This record gives sequence, structure tokens and C-alpha cells, in this order.
Amino acid sequence: MNINTTKIISLLFFIFSALYLYTAYNIQVFSFDENSPFNAKTFPIYLGYAGMFFSGLKVILPEVNTIKVDHKSLEYKKTAILVLIAIIYGFTILRVGYFLTTSLFLASSYYALGERRWLWIFLLSFPFVALFMYLLHGVLEIYLRDPFLKLIGVMG
Amino acid sequence: MIEGILIGLKTALTFQNIFMVMIGCFFGTIIGMLPGLGPMTAIALMIPITYGFDPATGLILMAGVYYGAVFGGSTSSILLNAPGVPGTVATSFDGYPMAQQGKAGKALAIAAWSSFAGGTLATIYLLFLAPSLSKVSLSFRSPDYFALMILGLTAIAAFSSKGQFIKAMMMVVLGLMLASVGQDSLSDITRFTFNNMNLTDGISFVLVVMATFAMSEALTIILKRNDPSAVAKQVSLTELGSIKINKEERTQMLKAIPRNSVIGFLIGVLPGAGATIASFLAYGMERNFVSDEEKAKFGKGSVHGLTAPETANNAACSGAFVPLLTLGIPGSGTTAVMLGALLGFGIQPGPRLYITNPEIFWSVIMSMYIGMVILLILNLPLIPYIARILAVPKNYLIPLILFFSITGIYVMSFNNFDIYLMIGIAVIATFMRLYDFPMPPLILAFVLGGLMEENLRRSLLISDGSWEFLWNRPLTASIISVTILIVSWQVYKTLKNRKI
Repeated sequence: MNINTTKIISLLFFIFSALYLYTAYNIQVFSFDENSPFNAKTFPIYLGYAGMFFSGLKVILPEVNTIKVDHKSLEYKKTAILVLIAIIYGFTILRVGYFLTTSLFLASSYYALGERRWLWIFLLSFPFVALFMYLLHGVLEIYLRDPFLKLIGVMG
Repeated sequence: MIEGILIGLKTALTFQNIFMVMIGCFFGTIIGMLPGLGPMTAIALMIPITYGFDPATGLILMAGVYYGAVFGGSTSSILLNAPGVPGTVATSFDGYPMAQQGKAGKALAIAAWSSFAGGTLATIYLLFLAPSLSKVSLSFRSPDYFALMILGLTAIAAFSSKGQFIKAMMMVVLGLMLASVGQDSLSDITRFTFNNMNLTDGISFVLVVMATFAMSEALTIILKRNDPSAVAKQVSLTELGSIKINKEERTQMLKAIPRNSVIGFLIGVLPGAGATIASFLAYGMERNFVSDEEKAKFGKGSVHGLTAPETANNAACSGAFVPLLTLGIPGSGTTAVMLGALLGFGIQPGPRLYITNPEIFWSVIMSMYIGMVILLILNLPLIPYIARILAVPKNYLIPLILFFSITGIYVMSFNNFDIYLMIGIAVIATFMRLYDFPMPPLILAFVLGGLMEENLRRSLLISDGSWEFLWNRPLTASIISVTILIVSWQVYKTLKNRKI
């Protein structure tokens, strides 16, 4: 059997389904519901078996058209940096506030992707976010928590 | 029905709703033009904004985005030979050669008029078919709904899998698994939450759509070093040529439009099928309808070859609304996203929507037509200018998509956990995309998960745990038979090609 990444993904999915099934069997249902034809764990149990069935088939059956991905041509570094910036954004957004973190997220993402024209970086981050925030907060009346703007007295 | 149409027109023709259709069409056209970003991404990015409006307005906005995206895809197919959406791949077969002959303006005009005519005719079919089907579907019971959902999921897996049926079925199961997280709807027992309070209400539908489409597509563009704007830079968008269609071309279009609108609409109604299959099928069938002389022109700038897929793909978009509006079961990934958004509004589409919320039912149908008119106005004179947006560098485009995705989730939950979860799902989805694991089946399964469990619960409780409900009623048995046929066809294809 030829092992390729698709089969490894399928194997991981098989293990995931097995764990899902194990967890499904351990769902605590009400005692009066235990022997009912359908309770909270019935559907998940079917899903667990279905997941194992399909991923098992994918692992076992031979693959003719194997998908080959040229990892050397992939831009892992920039993608990882973007993901990291997004995680930092998620971490700081509630603590610092929407305006500053979003503006910095955009500015740093443009920079990470290779943009070096500072005027455009600035225009498409701080003023853009201010405008968008006005649209959300001012026009659509969607509340946006912002401790930073509160601190400097811009937001009430 | 006349009363319904008037209600629909009254709702759709308010200033706010016309404005929303315009915004939707404009935004959809832009996103649809960009290769790699399709209607699902466009709609996903719009969902958080729609929650600021009433359901009818929200759905009207999304319908506008849907049409706009399919329409926009045609533009990049014709001008750049880079289809923005899969549904417009067939458009490039004759649209691009026409553009190369210096007739880009004419090709865009033919595409615009064909789309308009296809969409308009399909809206008329929908107008007549939907209420009748709604009445018929009132007789549907839980086993029928359960069987119909199995059929929908199997069909979308079969049609979107590109020969990788098992992978698509794995994505279906994954979507259903994600939908099972959180409280059980009947007993309130929490499942798969691992004592995390953030998961008690389940995983948000918007989060899954944003992660698997908007965010994952943005990451894929970076990862694969694709640049949607690169091809646009090579094309002179100012020299499009005349947009006038001569009499002979008009006659050819008038022959092709009616038959392809029917093909497109019927394909769109089928669960799992959609604009892509409709446009390819229409292109193939149109080739058989025309004379040998005209047949030889196919692939070299044929009017028939351009009209057929453009008519069919827009007609299919209208057709896809039939199962959504009448049965509450989406037939495609895009309408699944719309179903999720409707459920978010607290509205359950289905046969009763026609009775309980006629203003939504009819205003969506009416706004489709208004959308067609707006698209025609938008596409013909403005397209050279709109097409310039294609040249927006990815250095700006990708961060903005990420920004809209994260903001969309943030304003809905004000919760860091949801942002982390979205990033996690997006990273996994990006990796799976590399190996051709299709995402539309996952979304459809995620949306249908709750309804499917509910209908299975009712069916099993009524039949006292017996699975006989699957063949006790002729309707259920027929639906299950079609499902078995689709699976058998996939198994046959697999054995024939040894590609599973």
C-alpha cells in the first residue's frame, strides 16, 4: 500500500472519528432516555461509525490519481506569519480595543505581505478602520468595545 | 399568487431593499471577478452585516451578492480567461477567444444579456413552480425530510467531488460532526464541549463558513503564491471594443436562450448540482442543437457557445432557490450559507415560509428580478471600470478579507475563543484544500446537521426504533432509491476509473 499525504489525512480522520465515537458513547443521557429508540448520543454514534467507514475506505483502497503537492513552491513563511498576526489580533482585541488592534493588524499584514508604501499602509489601516467603525458603531448601531478609545476619551 | 407578487414587489421596491440589491450586486460582481474567491466567500463576508437588517432585506442583499458573483465571474472569464467562479469556466471557452479577436465589449454584452434573460426566465419559472411545490411539500413528513437530506448530501458529495467521492463523504461526516457540538436540541444535554462554556451553544455557522471559505481561501492564495491581480495587469481594459450586438447575433441568442434557461433551471433545482454543471451541460447540448457550420465555430468565439453557459448558469442560480424556499433544504453550498443565515434570523425556510412569512418568500423572488435588471445596468456600461478592481494587489486584498472575516465573528460574539477557533478551522481547511478535500459538502452538512438529527429522531421514535421508515412510504422509498442510484453510479465510476 502506497502511503501518501491523502492517506495520512484519512488515517488521522479515522483516529479522530474513533475518538469522536468513544466520546459519543460516553455522553451522559437521562436514565429514562437510556433505552429510548433515540437519545442525545444516537446520532453522534452513527456519525462516528460513518466517519470511520469512509476514512477507513480511503486508507484501504488503492489510489490511482495521487495528488502531489510541491511543498517547495508553497509560501509557508508568509502564511504562518499571517496566521500568527491573526492570533495576536484575536488575543489583544478585547484587551486593547477594536480600533487600535484592527488598524495594527491590517498595517502589519500589509507589511508582512511585502507592501512597503507607508502612505498606502497607513491610509488602508487607521482611517479605513475608523470609517468602518463609524459604519458599524454609528450607522448600524453594532456595539464595539474599545478600552483604548475610552481611555483617550474618544468613545463614551 | 397575484397578491403574493404584490406583497413581494412592495417589500422589494422599498428604497432600502433596492439599495441593498445594488450593493449586493456590486460587491458580488467584484468578488466574483477575483479568481479563487467565489459566491460563498462573498455571501459569507456579508452575513454579519445582514444581521443588522430585517430578514427580507438580509436575504435580498445575499441574493444580490450571489447573482453579482456569478455575473462577475463571467467578466474575468471573458477578459482574462481566468474564471472567477467554477460556474463561469464554460463561458471562457468562447468568451475569451472573442475577446482575443478584439470583441471583448461584444462578448461582455452577450454575456450580460444572456445572463439577464436566463435569470429572468428562471425567475418566472420559480414564480410559478415554487408556490405549487410548497403546497406539495406540505405533505412531506419527517422520514421524507430525512431521506431528502441524505439525498442532498450524497448529491453534493457526488457533484462537487471531482471524482473524489469518498473524500467528499468524509467532509459531509465532518460537517455533521461539527454540527453535533453543543446542547442537544431536545434534552439540553451538552455534547463534545469538554466543559468549555464557549461551546455550549455549539459552533457558530458564520464562524464555520468564514473559516472554511473566506479565511481559508485567502490563506490558500498566499500559500500557493496565486495572485488574482497578476493576469489583470496584462490586459488593456480600456480597449474593449463595441458593445453593440448585430441582428444575426441577436437571432442566434434568441434561439439559444429559452432552451438553456430551462436546462439551467432544472439543473439548479437538483440538490447538489448547480451553476457549474448547468453551464457545462448547456454548452455541450447547445453544440448538438446547432448546424455543423456553427458547430465548427465552438471554441473560437461562437455566439451560441457563449450564450448557452451564461444563460444556464444564471438560470441555475434561480433554480437553486426552489429547494431552499419550498423544502427548507438547500441544493447547493451557496444556498446552504443562505439557509444558515435565515436560521440565524430565526426563520425556518420550508413549505410553511410561503404561508408564515409571505413577504420574505415573495420579496426574495421579486428582488431576484430587480437584481437582474440592476446587473444589466451595472455590467454593460460600468464593466471596464469595475474590471479595474481586478488589479487590486493581493498585498491589500488578503489582509482585507482576513479583516472582514475576523470582524464578522468578533461583532457577533465579542469572544476571543471564536476567533481562535476560526483560525484553527481555517488552517485545517487550507491544508485539506491542498489535497482536494471539497468544502461545500462540509458546509451543507453543517447547516443540515441539526435538522437531520431532528427528523431522524422523530422518524425513529414514530417507528419505535425501526429503520423501516426508510421504505414504508412510497415517497421516502423513491428518494432513497435516487440516493442509492447516485451512490451506485459513483461506485461504478470508481471501478471503471479505479479513481476513488
